[in-house]
Amino acid sequence: MSTLSSSINRSSPINRLALRRVWWLSRTEFTLFWRNKTAVVTALVLPAAMVVFYARIDASATGGISVNAYILTGAVALMLLFVVYYNLVTAYVARREELVLKRLRTGEARDGEILAAGALPAAVVALAQTAVAVGIGAVLLDLPVPVNVVVLLVGLLGGIVVFALLAAASTAFTKTVEFAQISTLPVLMICVVGSGALVPLSVLPDAAAAVLRFVPLAPVVDLLRLGWVGGPDGAGFLEAFGRAGEPVAILVGWIVVGWLALRRWFRWEPRRS
Amino acid sequence: MVPPRIDGVASLPVPSPDGSTVIELHNVSRRYGSFEAVRGVSFTVAQGELFALLGTNGAGKTSTVEVVEGLSRPSGGQVRVLGHDPYTERATVRPRIGIMLQEAGFAGDLTVAETMRMWAGTASRPRPVAEVMAAVDLEHKATTVVKQLSGGERRRLDLALALIGAPEVLFLDEPTTGLDPESRRNTWRLIRGMLAEGTTVLLTTHYLEEAEELADRLAIMHQGRIVAAGTVAEVVAAHPARISFQLPAGVAPEALPTLPGARSVHCDHSSGAVEIRTDALQESLAALLAWANPAGLVLPRLQARSASLEEAFLSVADGDVPLADPRIEKVPA
Repeated sequence: MSTLSSSINRSSPINRLALRRVWWLSRTEFTLFWRNKTAVVTALVLPAAMVVFYARIDASATGGISVNAYILTGAVALMLLFVVYYNLVTAYVARREELVLKRLRTGEARDGEILAAGALPAAVVALAQTAVAVGIGAVLLDLPVPVNVVVLLVGLLGGIVVFALLAAASTAFTKTVEFAQISTLPVLMICVVGSGALVPLSVLPDAAAAVLRFVPLAPVVDLLRLGWVGGPDGAGFLEAFGRAGEPVAILVGWIVVGWLALRRWFRWEPRRS
Repeated sequence: MVPPRIDGVASLPVPSPDGSTVIELHNVSRRYGSFEAVRGVSFTVAQGELFALLGTNGAGKTSTVEVVEGLSRPSGGQVRVLGHDPYTERATVRPRIGIMLQEAGFAGDLTVAETMRMWAGTASRPRPVAEVMAAVDLEHKATTVVKQLSGGERRRLDLALALIGAPEVLFLDEPTTGLDPESRRNTWRLIRGMLAEGTTVLLTTHYLEEAEELADRLAIMHQGRIVAAGTVAEVVAAHPARISFQLPAGVAPEALPTLPGARSVHCDHSSGAVEIRTDALQESLAALLAWANPAGLVLPRLQARSASLEEAFLSVADGDVPLADPRIEKVPA
């Protein structure tokens, strides 16, 4: 079976043509995104539902962070999970099954450009949702302006890359768009329950907490809280950099895992029956 | 099973590459697990030439073409397109080629114009979208979403996308399947225009008249191998012409004369149908009539047909099964 190696290994430095290709491909993806009512509703309704959901959380168990900060950062992380991971599994599978990926591979666009352009709408939605959440936090919920925007952005962008890669890898065991509702459950469940977005890891036994730090969404949650409000013990701008080391390392680890899984298992065409 | 081989052209010699060789395959094979879809295929296509690959379903045409297009790595052998390996040097080769797959999808929610603009946006040297849209006769569908197009319109959009990048080499995998006769003629005219501008074309098709109409040279594939190749005239020449008639009442098959050039005479005893395969149609026919006329014999349903590409194709596809048909007895000529 064809793999990604041929083009990704020899991709030339980013040049004008490559940018032009990604621009046109992602522009088209945006057009398709806006014409897909389900995707738009997911992007707009999910955040609202998330806030309602969070309103029920026990305010006493938030591990040293204010309840509002805890809610907003958790919500941003979960939105990223759903908007990037779930949406992209269905989008990639749909494009593969309707033979669009097969066609795109007959053109000049490289494999990486095709996949990246496919992920851009989800990434932009996730970033926009975060920007709105930061705004709401600052204006309505008395949250500080993020203490370290760099750490915050690293968490966000790293999370987008990790979940886009995991989404592409997950298409290997997702035969149809419908089946994505089931095939995405393992990653979604583990991330929702075990990342600290919903349930603070500090309330769990130490052994469980030690393991769950490695759940792919956990470093995203950590970096969001660190960059936004300084984490559990209110780190300042410089301290935040120091404490970002471990979660960033975990994120990089997942990027490597996702990349290898993608190269090993991603298919550009439906399986021959 | 050993496929039938046609005298002397079962495998093409590989000409030494010169400046005008655009596509070059040497002993290419392709395996899916234990199944070998392509078994040692070699051919070359010169610049400005249209080379057609014919064959039954499953003969290995598409598997071969995918390797030349650089979509798949061959299991064995070498492929060169414009002097480069189309798989490992994809980035170099792709901007100069156009690919029309047998089956590829569109995003159904995009319009024809949006689809074409997007594709032009990914091409290094795109032709104007309006010009290509007009060439495939889809201007009136510019604002129609793709999922509302007919099968023939989708096929023309397929062709349009392959043409947008102003390719030097064009790969067309069954380009006119599903087209009505008029659209097919238009597509042929378009392809001829591209050839006249110097474009090189590798075509696969189910339609023999398409190959006869367009191909400078062709190859017939069977079970992963090329079993016949050359110009249409060369491929056809390797096959005998046919004479057929009903044996007149009261004439025994043994009474038929020896005919010059005849390869075989088949006679079906129950129906009395005679079929003669000959390399010298005119001489055989003259000898047959010279035998029948003086005796006052009328040969009912007499037909004489030159060999055609269809005949060549069918004999390759069937592996000449009539000889194995127990109802037919072979009578030495």
